[in-house]
Amino acid sequence: MAIKRKKKTLVAKRTYYKQFNEEIRALVKEGVNHFTIKECNGQRYIATAMEGDIKFDIHGVPGQDLGAFMRGPHIRIHNNAQDGVGNTMDAGRVIIEGMAGDVIGYAMRGGEIFIKNDVGYRVGIHMKAYMDHQPKIVVGGKAGDFLGEYMAGGIILLLGMFSDKPDSPIAGRSLGTGMHGGVIYVRGEVPEDQIGPGLHAQPVDSDDMKIIEELVKDYAKELKLDSKDILSENFVKIRPFSHRPYGNLYVAC
Amino acid sequence: MKAPDKYYDFEKDISGCGIFGVIHKKRGMIPGNMPIQAMTCMHDRGNGLGGGFAAYGIYPDHADKYCFHMMCDDNNAIEGSERLLRKYFDLHHFEPIPTRKILAIPNPPMFNRYFVTVPERPANEFAELPEEDYIVAVVMKINTTVPGAFVVSSGKNMGAFKGVGFPEEIADFFRLEEYSAYIWTGHNRFPTNTPGWWGGAHPFTILNWSIVHNGEISSYGINRRYLCEHDYLCTMMTDTEVVAYELDMLIRKHGLSWEMAAKCFAPPFWDEIERMDKDDKELYTTLRATYGPGMLNGPFAILVADNNRLMGLNDRIKLRPLLVAEKDDMIFMSSEESAVRDVCPDLDRVWMPKAGEPVIVDLED
Repeated sequence: MAIKRKKKTLVAKRTYYKQFNEEIRALVKEGVNHFTIKECNGQRYIATAMEGDIKFDIHGVPGQDLGAFMRGPHIRIHNNAQDGVGNTMDAGRVIIEGMAGDVIGYAMRGGEIFIKNDVGYRVGIHMKAYMDHQPKIVVGGKAGDFLGEYMAGGIILLLGMFSDKPDSPIAGRSLGTGMHGGVIYVRGEVPEDQIGPGLHAQPVDSDDMKIIEELVKDYAKELKLDSKDILSENFVKIRPFSHRPYGNLYVAC
Repeated sequence: MKAPDKYYDFEKDISGCGIFGVIHKKRGMIPGNMPIQAMTCMHDRGNGLGGGFAAYGIYPDHADKYCFHMMCDDNNAIEGSERLLRKYFDLHHFEPIPTRKILAIPNPPMFNRYFVTVPERPANEFAELPEEDYIVAVVMKINTTVPGAFVVSSGKNMGAFKGVGFPEEIADFFRLEEYSAYIWTGHNRFPTNTPGWWGGAHPFTILNWSIVHNGEISSYGINRRYLCEHDYLCTMMTDTEVVAYELDMLIRKHGLSWEMAAKCFAPPFWDEIERMDKDDKELYTTLRATYGPGMLNGPFAILVADNNRLMGLNDRIKLRPLLVAEKDDMIFMSSEESAVRDVCPDLDRVWMPKAGEPVIVDLED
């Protein structure tokens, strides 16, 4: 059963982030659970560490660490996002209808981040999973270097379709370097030189395709895209080559 | 106003400076309020221990003269620096740099500006030097021999304004809303390894070069020694100073293009060089071999300007944010998109440049 929504519209403009977040938190205590934020401009920490079924519709560009440590909220950004979205987030969903900056989903441990266009560097690094908590990031455009570096769990899906960078490879250098868990799926092909040491792109199997199809369906619905179009190409996967790739780095064996 | 003796004992803190730059390609004059507001939007990237701006096109009436912005701790420093300026230059005009008293800045040093030219037949130890080397030599002489006096900038039709405070406070102090420029850069400092003192704020400048920097030049030691061999003496106790002098050496003195200078700062990785065609492989191998001590190691996003250009550059693994945006004849470069949107909500294009690839914007004339 859908929960009853108590809505509130806030205009951020140049309100200082502390005051703005205090206002949001006070309203949540009063029972507001659906925020429309207009003219957002650089306010940091929106929805950070918030829990429960709360919706945010954000117009404008929110500041750093949006949704960090959050557990539950559903955030839609109608414009671009900056750095550090979903830092160590636990659960919930972030949808970015534009591009996003660096270190998106850092050490994320649950929930989803769906980005329509390009992302910056170090997206999804240190992601981890626990039991049925599987963090997922889908990038519609291209990614900078170090995508999924040191990844320990979860799923990254890179589409490379809705990009502003026609000449760039789909992923930057050092893709998945040092990963020891989780999986990175890439639509089409990824140049071997871009992949971190010891890793290789492999063909996906039917189990992978099930995961990809489900994720793409969800992603396409949220961003009003054609899932058939997205699925019309082959996918490859990058998985860790051992559980502890650097386990013997500092000890004789 | 000097940095404390044991400045190297300072504790480290997390870093997060903010930078902003804008250029109008047709020399349209941009009021100071724009960069000031953009820096205000990124207030929290600094901690009040440094703010500053560089502005180009602000002295059209004296555009043919070098403008020395002098920062002096006391009257002795003013007298000492004036003595040197009069000794080495023809002095055409000088005045205090207008400031206003503000609560946020309780005890500022004194600021004056001097419009000078190099005499036709100088009778001093620098007489043999070409004009621009002569200017550099006098800057080094003042910085190293006059106690309490520092040259904040020394270019033509440009100036740097900087100090200890948040950038919006420094702008208020220097009345920057009264200036208009066709290139502005701004900086919000969060000092990490070196003291937050007036000379250590950004921008750093020499001749027409200016630079603002978010990050940390871990190779400061080797860069500084390398520059010292070429008569550039670092006196500001902040890593970024080396970039200003390297720009002058690489581009003006050694004749490198801006692109090549950027590749000295952030060279391609050896494995990338290995995959290049024969010519590029030879070029970049030579560049790395020749300018190894000039390479900047560590995280950086920098904005570099002179009278005709603005360049943004990241370290080659992009450890600091940098965003570029376009609107008609204006190009913006900023740590955060929100700072640009604050002063120009509708943009034609926004993107984040690739690590190690310079974004260079020229004036159209």
